[in-house]
Amino acid sequence: MPGTDTVAGAARSAAPQEIYVVPSRCTGCRSCEMACAVEHSQSKSLFGAITETPLPRRRIYVEAVDTVAVPVACRHCDEAFCANACITGAIRRDSRGFVLLDDSRCIGCNSCIMLCPFGVIQKDETRHVAVKCDLCPDLPGPACVAACPTDALRFQEAGDFARSRRRTAAVVGAAAAGGVVAGPGGDADPDPAAAD
Amino acid sequence: MERSTDRATLYGLETAAREGIITIWDRYEAQLPQCNFGLLGVCCRMCLQGPCRIDPFGEGATKGICGATADTIVARNLARFIAGGTAAHSGHAKHLAHTMLKMADGKAPDYSIRDEAKLKAVAARVGVPVDGRPINDIARDVARAGLLEFSEREEPLAWLETTVTPGRMELFTKLGILPMGIDSTIAEVMHATTYGVDADPVNILLTALKCSLSDYAGMHLGTDLSDALFGTPTPRASGANLGTLRADSINVAVHGHNPVLSDIICEVAVEMDGEAVAAGAPGGFNLVGVCCTGMEVQMRHGIPWATSSLSQELVITTGALEAMVVDYQCIQPSIADVAACYHTRVITTMSMAKMPGATHIEFTEEHAKERAREILLLAIEAYPKRDSKRVDIPDITSTAFAGFSTEAIVGALAKVDPEDPLKPLVDNIANGNILGVCLFAGCNDVKATQDENFIVLAKALAKENVLLLATGCASGAFGRHGIFTQEAVAEYAGDGLKAVLTAVGEANGLGGPLPLALHMGSCVDNTRAADVAVAVANYLGVDLDKLPVVATAPEEAMEKAVSIGTWAVTMGLPTHVGVVPPVLGSAAVAGLLTEGIKDVTGGWFIVEPDPAEAAKQLIAAIVERRKGLNLPVPASVAALD
Repeated sequence: MPGTDTVAGAARSAAPQEIYVVPSRCTGCRSCEMACAVEHSQSKSLFGAITETPLPRRRIYVEAVDTVAVPVACRHCDEAFCANACITGAIRRDSRGFVLLDDSRCIGCNSCIMLCPFGVIQKDETRHVAVKCDLCPDLPGPACVAACPTDALRFQEAGDFARSRRRTAAVVGAAAAGGVVAGPGGDADPDPAAAD
Repeated sequence: MERSTDRATLYGLETAAREGIITIWDRYEAQLPQCNFGLLGVCCRMCLQGPCRIDPFGEGATKGICGATADTIVARNLARFIAGGTAAHSGHAKHLAHTMLKMADGKAPDYSIRDEAKLKAVAARVGVPVDGRPINDIARDVARAGLLEFSEREEPLAWLETTVTPGRMELFTKLGILPMGIDSTIAEVMHATTYGVDADPVNILLTALKCSLSDYAGMHLGTDLSDALFGTPTPRASGANLGTLRADSINVAVHGHNPVLSDIICEVAVEMDGEAVAAGAPGGFNLVGVCCTGMEVQMRHGIPWATSSLSQELVITTGALEAMVVDYQCIQPSIADVAACYHTRVITTMSMAKMPGATHIEFTEEHAKERAREILLLAIEAYPKRDSKRVDIPDITSTAFAGFSTEAIVGALAKVDPEDPLKPLVDNIANGNILGVCLFAGCNDVKATQDENFIVLAKALAKENVLLLATGCASGAFGRHGIFTQEAVAEYAGDGLKAVLTAVGEANGLGGPLPLALHMGSCVDNTRAADVAVAVANYLGVDLDKLPVVATAPEEAMEKAVSIGTWAVTMGLPTHVGVVPPVLGSAAVAGLLTEGIKDVTGGWFIVEPDPAEAAKQLIAAIVERRKGLNLPVPASVAALD
């Protein structure tokens, strides 16, 4: 996972890893959506998933804003409105800090959908339950992150993600100040997102 | 997933890894995960308003910008695949027709008609007068008749009409899929699939079937003209695998497809052998074949075959290759990069197929031997630059019997029954000694462990007494895994098959059986196998869709394999593919190809990546056909159902 081992020898923080998005790297290919749907199918294979009834549902959404594509995924918020609103306790935070939905307890009341500020909880109308990101418990990391061909999605701790962005900004700043910078290929990348 | 089951390939991959050489397998891994829209065939890039994609999970777009559904998009993409394959095969044939015409007009003095009997047989078949005419006049007319196949004609393609069963011609006419010109059919596919033309997936598929018949005709033309110019192959022993390179020789690989180049290189290498020895290589020139042009020279001259297209880079990483001479098709642009790490010269020869980093020597039929000489001089020039410390040739070779053209097979059967050569084959199919026939064709595909599907399937079918035929990269897999040997018969053949192969082998003075599988040539030679099937069908007075004959391309990769598979299905054969083609994004198209088409042509596609499961399905298809002909089904096979 890019960026997870940042400072050599530093102790890992207890903060959970989450999906971070670098929108400038997204090409709108929708590989993340496809990988998400496949991972949440019964067969967990593309060729099997497309023939299943019901069809599997994705939990990440590539939204277009003019010509810019932006993947929108569950933030697993610290102040999780969805969990607070869940009257049956179907949405809870687990020991790692992930906000997870136990759909056997979901009554399909739509409260979480109404309160999620990001609109990343949807209704599965065939099963009458809410559907949200579970960070792919059967995989080492989320399927969407593994499927992203441009590294626009990262599965990192907040501190690590911020550190990598800060480092990129510093490289660009140093170049602007006239310093000699050994970035990728010997040059600092003018796109802060590209040099991560 | 293992990269290969071939020991020499695995050895070469270790060398490549040690030397820091990037191979096709590394580049494949760098492409993962691959685009799921592309894998399903639901991406359309045929106008500038796109690209469009259909969401197979139904949450996103269900139609393209123009309104095309997944069914339309998948069918259009498949049709263009088939057009691409047809263009390649028939371009190869057109090149041969031009060569023959130049030869006949005295403009290509290094070529001649080496098999007059074959030329006359082809001429008679396509209506060119033969009796009392000089051979060059016949050749000129056959070449012109060949070239007439390409543009739009007023009558059906001669190389289709004169080579298939009457029943097939009736069916093709009834379905409206009789091609009237090879190039015009390719153009028709491009027209039908461009923006705003054909939106009906069934109609698009019919156009695609028509194109596949053009592919068949082009391939048949290619094989016929090659045989006339360079000789119809006869059985001979050869070698296979990377161990056929020799440390004491100047090694030259011929790579690509057309014998127009490679056959001349073979001839000139013999003439220049003394120069190679004088340059310090005691073994002189050692020619090896790569890919299908390697099959062409193996079939006709017994030139050893080094490796298939998939593993072509590993010929260079032996460190002992002076020159890789290429024409066209299945040549990875990466070989120039790999060669740059060694002393190897990559030499391109065709005006339409150049490569950055390679040396280009334009090959012209008018000056064929002169150009071949220039090419071989480059190899001699490279030889002193070889770094002996980096020479690392895996000591792995297999014997491979090659040269089983249709004529050679009929000739071998004639030794059993001179009056009625097909009778021994038909009788043994009828009595169940031979359960059926399977043609192995197609490529290696980086998505499958190299050769695994071929070998698992071959062993499973041979055990059930299925007669195995092979072409192209299937022949490559069989060659390097020892399937083209007499020993493989003892090891893998069922008793009935063993008895038949032994009877024919002994009647031909082999002192043992024919090899377990019959090497029928390069991938363009698949119509040789079709000719055997057509002969048997006509002998029995039934059509091809009744015969216990099946085909498989278990590791297919190229557009050409898709077009071959499609004509096999159009000819009425159950046809297996082991790599899932990009059609599953349309349940309608996938259903037509695997089921619906059975009611139309009698053939159908079997899509099955697991070779053991594929073997069961192919045997089931053979059994179904046997029952249809009221032929006995052995109890052991019936129990597999």
